[in-house]
Amino acid sequence: MKYNILIGGSAGQGIETSASILEWIFKASGLEVFTTRDYMSRIRGGHNFIQIRFGDEKLTSHAIELDGIIAVNNETAELHKERLKEDGFILGDTNLTPNSQNVILEMTKTAKEIGNARVSGSVAVGAVMKIFGLELEKAQKVLQEFFNEKVLDVNVEAVSRGYHMATTKYNLPTKEDKNRYLINGNEGIALGALAAGVKFYSAYPMTPSTSIMNYISAKMEEAKVVVEQAEDEIAGINMAIGASYAGVRAMTGTSGGGFCLKVEALGLAGMIEAPLVVANIQRPGPATGFPTRTEQADLKFIINSSHGEFPKMVIAVRDPEDAFYQTVRAFNLADKYQMPVIILGDQYHADSTTTMDAFDFDKVTIERHLADADQYKDKEYKRYALTPSGISDRLIPGRTHGNVVLVDSDEHDEYGFITESAEVRVNMVNKRMNKLKVLEEELLEPRFFGKEDCEVLLVGWGSTQGALKEAVETLNEKGGSFGALVYGDIYPMPIKTFQKMAKTAKTIINVEQNATGQLGSLLVENTGIRPHKNILKYDGRQISAGEIVHKLEGGEG
Amino acid sequence: MSQEIKCSNDTAWCPGCGNFGIIESLRDALNELGKKPHEVLIVGGIGQAAKTPQYFNTNGFCGLHGRSLPPAIAAKIANKDLTVVVNTGDGDSYGEGGNHFIHNVRRNVDIAHFVHDNQIYGLTKGQASPTTAVGQVTTVQTMGNLNIPFSPLLIALASGAGFVARSFSGDKEHLKEMMKEAISYKGYALVDILQPCVTFNKVNTFMYYKKNTYKLDDSYDYTNKDLAVQKAMEWDNGIPVGILYKREMPDYIQKIDFLRDEEPLVDQKFDLDLIKSFAKDFS
Repeated sequence: MKYNILIGGSAGQGIETSASILEWIFKASGLEVFTTRDYMSRIRGGHNFIQIRFGDEKLTSHAIELDGIIAVNNETAELHKERLKEDGFILGDTNLTPNSQNVILEMTKTAKEIGNARVSGSVAVGAVMKIFGLELEKAQKVLQEFFNEKVLDVNVEAVSRGYHMATTKYNLPTKEDKNRYLINGNEGIALGALAAGVKFYSAYPMTPSTSIMNYISAKMEEAKVVVEQAEDEIAGINMAIGASYAGVRAMTGTSGGGFCLKVEALGLAGMIEAPLVVANIQRPGPATGFPTRTEQADLKFIINSSHGEFPKMVIAVRDPEDAFYQTVRAFNLADKYQMPVIILGDQYHADSTTTMDAFDFDKVTIERHLADADQYKDKEYKRYALTPSGISDRLIPGRTHGNVVLVDSDEHDEYGFITESAEVRVNMVNKRMNKLKVLEEELLEPRFFGKEDCEVLLVGWGSTQGALKEAVETLNEKGGSFGALVYGDIYPMPIKTFQKMAKTAKTIINVEQNATGQLGSLLVENTGIRPHKNILKYDGRQISAGEIVHKLEGGEG
Repeated sequence: MSQEIKCSNDTAWCPGCGNFGIIESLRDALNELGKKPHEVLIVGGIGQAAKTPQYFNTNGFCGLHGRSLPPAIAAKIANKDLTVVVNTGDGDSYGEGGNHFIHNVRRNVDIAHFVHDNQIYGLTKGQASPTTAVGQVTTVQTMGNLNIPFSPLLIALASGAGFVARSFSGDKEHLKEMMKEAISYKGYALVDILQPCVTFNKVNTFMYYKKNTYKLDDSYDYTNKDLAVQKAMEWDNGIPVGILYKREMPDYIQKIDFLRDEEPLVDQKFDLDLIKSFAKDFS
């Protein structure tokens, strides 16, 4: 069984704290959790809400229908009650209109009675726990993580009071919480970067990418990683390239608008063959767009970013665990091919938290692919020596027994000296582009969900994985014949699985969070196969499994 | 591999270019400081001056126009053993790279920034640079340059620089001494180098600088910031050259324990078990 509740209010009313406490309590109770955050680009006021979906089965996306609304203000109840199931409830304070669905509790009054009006959110947390039949003890440890000594007791008291004010409506089976994480996509990227041994992260704050920088910054001294807040996006990437040249693993992160500013330097990384990892966490554009909302419209821009032709790789991340392993891999591939690797996420992936099995750190390998300086002890070193693979030996400047490392953004010869030779130009372009051919051998095919010989094949990439997976499961349970291919490695594009599935599928439907069907057009470009239909959503809100099912069953809107 | 730092005369520069004096002074400064080629990193952006790394037998990083400082400071942070010198022009440093200039003064990473300031754009053939005089006619500023000249030394001082100097490419001995001082200074050090452009700047010629510059002598107190600000504003009635301001202060690396106290970042060991312990944040 699974439930879906919404907590809403104005920015600054503490809904994020209450929702996070609830998420952790659900996790502590052994339940699966998937939480999405819908917030406005403001620090105070407006209407923000958080939806927590939870239950005893794996959850990979959000849902539209609600079992409960926790309305910190009346606006929340009004805005969302249309989505409430018939047997759902609205939990609110005494200002809520009495009716059969409303659970009205004196939360503010209770909070004041126990000495702090600000703990009314914790009263609500207690009430929700009781409504879903959870054990009160599960709250204690979670609250200790959230509150300092000064306010801990009053919050514990508030949760307890709320718990005893409510009555149980649902009975959830609880389990032991063992070896699991509650983690969001950006945390997956940040933890992956740290596990890969990132030593230098330079970026300019930009929603929704900033939480990557925040997490690495929190570990700066412990993990001995330099996090440098750059004066602008351009400095952010150029610094990372300088650090990479000097031999440390370096990364930058941003969102579309910031990536626009970075693209010249992305080409520099391609030209001087500097390993570099860049996270682009998409939000709706163009220009400032919807700063706090979600979209997948940067794909073709990222693939084609920067002038000229040079090798790069783009990896779309599908869930926090995927983000973790793919970020580690991105660093290894960047070092191996000496080129930029771009992690493509989005706001939905960045901010949605979910319970997952603990990541396996034994799977993490650090592959630096640095050349041994000793072999050049008595030999001339050429930074851009022509090789069959296109990959040249890379040395760390100053760790070379007297050799030097010269790199140049102008076209250069094998030593790194500027050249205008037509012959050298062709050799160097071929050398750089050849790296993509080698890379193609180790691309990862898209993940597949559903019936192997499906009649209807859905295609998508990145963060829509959860909704596609759930939609396919729902449709197949109803007797349909559906499958979904979800791309992670997306440029260069692995095409074998798609080509194979396209042979048997009667209908191919492209599902994306953009207006033009960018994945669809890439599939045509790479395979000549055009999806028959598109399901496109570009309102800044993530598509749910329910919406996909509805559209596939012929529904509108 | 040569243990001596050398520079080449086989360059893309015009005969008589001020850059020749600058690279010879840099070569002599580095050798007199006992630097070996592999210990030095010369960074440039794009422009005539920015070709400097190409003409040395040291490590070199020729990046993007305006972006010489960000990779330079990052390379220094990554490997504090490297002697990092930025040689690039007035357009690169003060025009396209103006924001990086201001903020890297504030960041105070231990690098020397040598700006070949010929008050004109050379590589693009003679347009006004941020330091071009008002009224100077160029291929683009056909009505004469309308903009007030940028004052790099004053801006560096206002941004908190601990080492601010000016020199002239026509006085190689003075320039070499300024470079040695700047490279030895622990922190961001700016030397704005006046330099004639024989092809595109017919105003600020060798003779112009020769006639209009004067050396700050021993009586000048370069620890006095008020005085430095006054000197930085002098131009029309004589251009002061020398160290305008110098003050010891903690550089970037001194402010971060694990950079200051431990081996260079690039040599530090990585501990995956430590990262694994961060999983508690999510458990």
